[in-house]
Amino acid sequence: MDSGGVMNLFSWFADPAHWTGPGGIPTRVAEHLSYSGLALLIGVVIAIPVGALIGHTGRGGFLVVGLANALRALPDLGLLILLVLLIGINLVSVQLALLVLAIPPLLAGTYSGVRNVDPAVVDAARGVGMREHQVLLAVELPIALPLVLGGLRTAALQVVATTAIAAYVSYGGLGRYLIDGQREHDYTQMAAGAVLIAVLALVVEGLLASVQRLLGLRTAGNRAKLGGRSRSEFVGVRS
Amino acid sequence: MIWDWIPRNQPLILGALGEHVVLSALPVLIGLVLAIPLGWLANRFPAARALLIPAAGVIYTVPSLALFVLLPVILGTKILDPANVVVALAVYTLALLVRAVADALAAVPRSVILSATAMGFRPPRRFLAVELPLAVPVLVAGLRVATVSNISLVSVGALIGVGGLGRLFTDGFERNFPTEVVVGIVLSILLAALADASLIGLGRVAAPWTRVAS
Repeated sequence: MDSGGVMNLFSWFADPAHWTGPGGIPTRVAEHLSYSGLALLIGVVIAIPVGALIGHTGRGGFLVVGLANALRALPDLGLLILLVLLIGINLVSVQLALLVLAIPPLLAGTYSGVRNVDPAVVDAARGVGMREHQVLLAVELPIALPLVLGGLRTAALQVVATTAIAAYVSYGGLGRYLIDGQREHDYTQMAAGAVLIAVLALVVEGLLASVQRLLGLRTAGNRAKLGGRSRSEFVGVRS
Repeated sequence: MIWDWIPRNQPLILGALGEHVVLSALPVLIGLVLAIPLGWLANRFPAARALLIPAAGVIYTVPSLALFVLLPVILGTKILDPANVVVALAVYTLALLVRAVADALAAVPRSVILSATAMGFRPPRRFLAVELPLAVPVLVAGLRVATVSNISLVSVGALIGVGGLGRLFTDGFERNFPTEVVVGIVLSILLAALADASLIGLGRVAAPWTRVAS
């Protein structure tokens, strides 16, 4: 390991100037999280109802699986650049690029969560007089929660990672340190940006994993049946 | 789309495509070769499993762009060295496959191992001739995911100057030329589809008993 580089990295983080102002770490983290958060929020609002409906009716499931697989092959950077060239550098182009990444895992998680609910449970819910929307909202979705959260976790990671790329099209967020450092031939700044992006991704992943674990305790029987599956099914999507 | 740009720039496009193939295939090979012994270790020794599987999860969480930039600090390479991209993607492939190999080996039925032992297979040969072949379908599934996501991730390397088809993205952006970006995206998707189909084919040849099931 190049100890000079590591020392420079330490002094970069120790410099108080990097912790204040519009280019400071707190501002960049806040920018990063706000872009990612907005995309995730829109993704949740679109993908969870659609995924739940497809899972409940069982119609169009092949579309969800096909879409999730096809989008895995789509290069994020190319998509983002194409959108920016076509509709300009604005909130819409960046959010669209992030949404394309956020929706498939959310959709797939919700769909397979609802789809995998034991049919006997659904029949029992109907048998006690529940209407279809009650079956979906009060029975299927709560049971599907671990897989929905699995989808949210994958989507969040993917979006947080890709928001870093958005700095290339002159957007803010933590990617700025990478792109600016590259332009100014300031490797220390680039490495600091990379550390920050990695830490942010690990923190987001850790938080969502703990939420999943906390909720998993409440639905322990369900987790025993589906928990192993959710990992292997979604581990593939990354950025 | 300016269609005649494509034939006029064939050398540029093919060069980027060739670089993309090498940058995405080489890490898969390296990752696979390392994942088999490590997956065996994780399956054989609970302590190794307790160390390797969480470590693989953490590594898998680090975004590719961050890893591309941090590897020069760890490896002492230059920032523009293609080795950074190859090592980063090999590490991701390894992180994905080590778990798949360990799980696949754990799923080999006890009775099969006992029969093989009774037939006179010693542990090394039993591993190579019985346990590993039975793990092939799971291994192929992991390889497909790793290969397809590598192909999509290589282009991110263009941000640090090494990116195969990703160079068409950054170049197209700087020249405000969407055609070049579209060509890069389409080739990247086609490459992923082709690689995926070849791996499915390879899996059927290597594990003929799955043909009926799938």
